[in-house]
Amino acid sequence: MNDDCNDGDDDADDDDDDDDDDDDDNCSLESNYLNVNMSLSSKQKATVKDFFSKMSTRSDDIGAEALSRLVAVYPQTKSYFSHWKDASPGSAPVRKHGITIMGGVYDAVGKIDDLKGGLLSLSELHAFMLRVDPVNFKLLAHCMLVCMSMIFPEEFTPQVHVAVDKFLAQLALALAEKYR
Amino acid sequence: MVEWTAAERRHVEAVWSKIDIDVCGPLALQRCLIVYPWTQRYFGSFGDLSTDAAIMGNPKVAKHGVVALTGLRTALDHMDEIKSTYAALSVLHSEKLHVDPDNFRLLCECLTIVVAGKMGKKLSPEMQAAWQKYLCAVVSALGRQYH
Repeated sequence: MNDDCNDGDDDADDDDDDDDDDDDDNCSLESNYLNVNMSLSSKQKATVKDFFSKMSTRSDDIGAEALSRLVAVYPQTKSYFSHWKDASPGSAPVRKHGITIMGGVYDAVGKIDDLKGGLLSLSELHAFMLRVDPVNFKLLAHCMLVCMSMIFPEEFTPQVHVAVDKFLAQLALALAEKYR
Repeated sequence: MVEWTAAERRHVEAVWSKIDIDVCGPLALQRCLIVYPWTQRYFGSFGDLSTDAAIMGNPKVAKHGVVALTGLRTALDHMDEIKSTYAALSVLHSEKLHVDPDNFRLLCECLTIVVAGKMGKKLSPEMQAAWQKYLCAVVSALGRQYH
């Protein structure tokens, strides 16, 4: 869901006598998920490993697509890529970086039994150097789920969906560990 | 009021043209009940929701999925007055059904994933953006009358 619902369009409508300021809140993706620890069962861990293994031939494509969709659907995320010549969906730097990120996600699958410990240095990188607002982890996770569904419609069952969603949420928590 | 470009309107119409409400409605609601199990709280009268298989086979869930998705489609014919279009439904969900409006967002996330599964790469990033903007506007309108 779009974190910034109407991209400010509502504010421009002077004729609307309703209070539009709280329109955006209903679409906020970050909600409470980053603060709620829903651990994976061992069955769900196995589901995640199995699906990611199936996905591995298309992982670059999914990573590239996911980041393209992040900047398309949530344009505010482009603020992190102002140093690129072109941060539009499908551009070379976006696709390349999407592949890099997906590589990190795959690495995390291998550390699924101790994400906090395994992702310590990545967390430090994100906290002290990149300083990506953790709300964006959830936005990217959503885009990844959409891409997984697009590319593996049969395999991305509700059971796989819930396991991967939980995993990505745990991954986000581990990445945000060192933020403060 | 939400402003729509001509391209966004086209994208939203294009997505809806690919959706079979009788198929996607049930799939979206089933997925929501499975992926976000706390949403089952509103369906105590629907019978057996105790397992994923029970949810997938439950005829009341399927029927309600069609109802919900039909409701989501209403905005397509009223893109410039979404708030007023859903005012009565918002009151209903708030006063009578007592649904936490966060659940609208969860259902829409699951719907997007179902749509992505059906459309594959035909759902371009720009189409996905317009589609999510549409759902966001509807979700916002549905939550509007809560107090």
